[in-house]
Amino acid sequence: MKITVHFFARYREALDLDSLLVEGPFTSVEQLRQDLLRGGEEWQVLAEPNLMCARNQELCKLDEPLNDGDEVAFFPPVTGG
Amino acid sequence: MAIRVQVAAFDPGAEVNALHAANLGVGAVVSFVGYVRDFNDGREVAGMFLEHAAGMTEKALAKIVVEAQQRWPLLNLEVLHRVGALEPGEPIVFVGVASAHRQAAFDACAFVMDYLKTRAPFWKKEQTADGPRWVEGRSSDEAAADRWA
Repeated sequence: MKITVHFFARYREALDLDSLLVEGPFTSVEQLRQDLLRGGEEWQVLAEPNLMCARNQELCKLDEPLNDGDEVAFFPPVTGG
Repeated sequence: MAIRVQVAAFDPGAEVNALHAANLGVGAVVSFVGYVRDFNDGREVAGMFLEHAAGMTEKALAKIVVEAQQRWPLLNLEVLHRVGALEPGEPIVFVGVASAHRQAAFDACAFVMDYLKTRAPFWKKEQTADGPRWVEGRSSDEAAADRWA
């Protein structure tokens, strides 16, 4: 399965990456995150406890299941308004 | 109902007037305007950049608007949020709610702002004398949103 992963704000800067395409299998957003965390030191930003995530442009929890072709986003707590 | 995410500046007074102009059944309009401050968290702020997630941000705002419409009898609702470079003193966000009576408008306006603060993908990066810094999320914003649960 193929998943497109987007990063925003401080995470995008820390990783120097807007998005990437990853090949699964991944059963959940959490499993995808764990896989990315094994990528090296700069990826540890995704270990922050207040990390937020979205699947197909809707906020979700880490246990959200994934399907082939899904889009996932990881980002720090939002600060608009 | 309108959701706008835009770089351009806006006139809060004109937005308020537009909310009741089209419907004489509107008896109450409550609005919130957020402004860029020149000081935050111990540092002078010379300006900021608002990042958003095109597509996801509009979807998140639409979801908040739909939920407000389900909770209160609203006649009109507008959410306008600016993105890009902003200077101190500039309006950054506008939420305006129109209803027949005041209580629904007061409550829905507070609800939309509390949910926007915690659920809409926007991120502020401030310019300070020490360089740029990302604004951190606040637990008080989470608590404000939780009261509507």
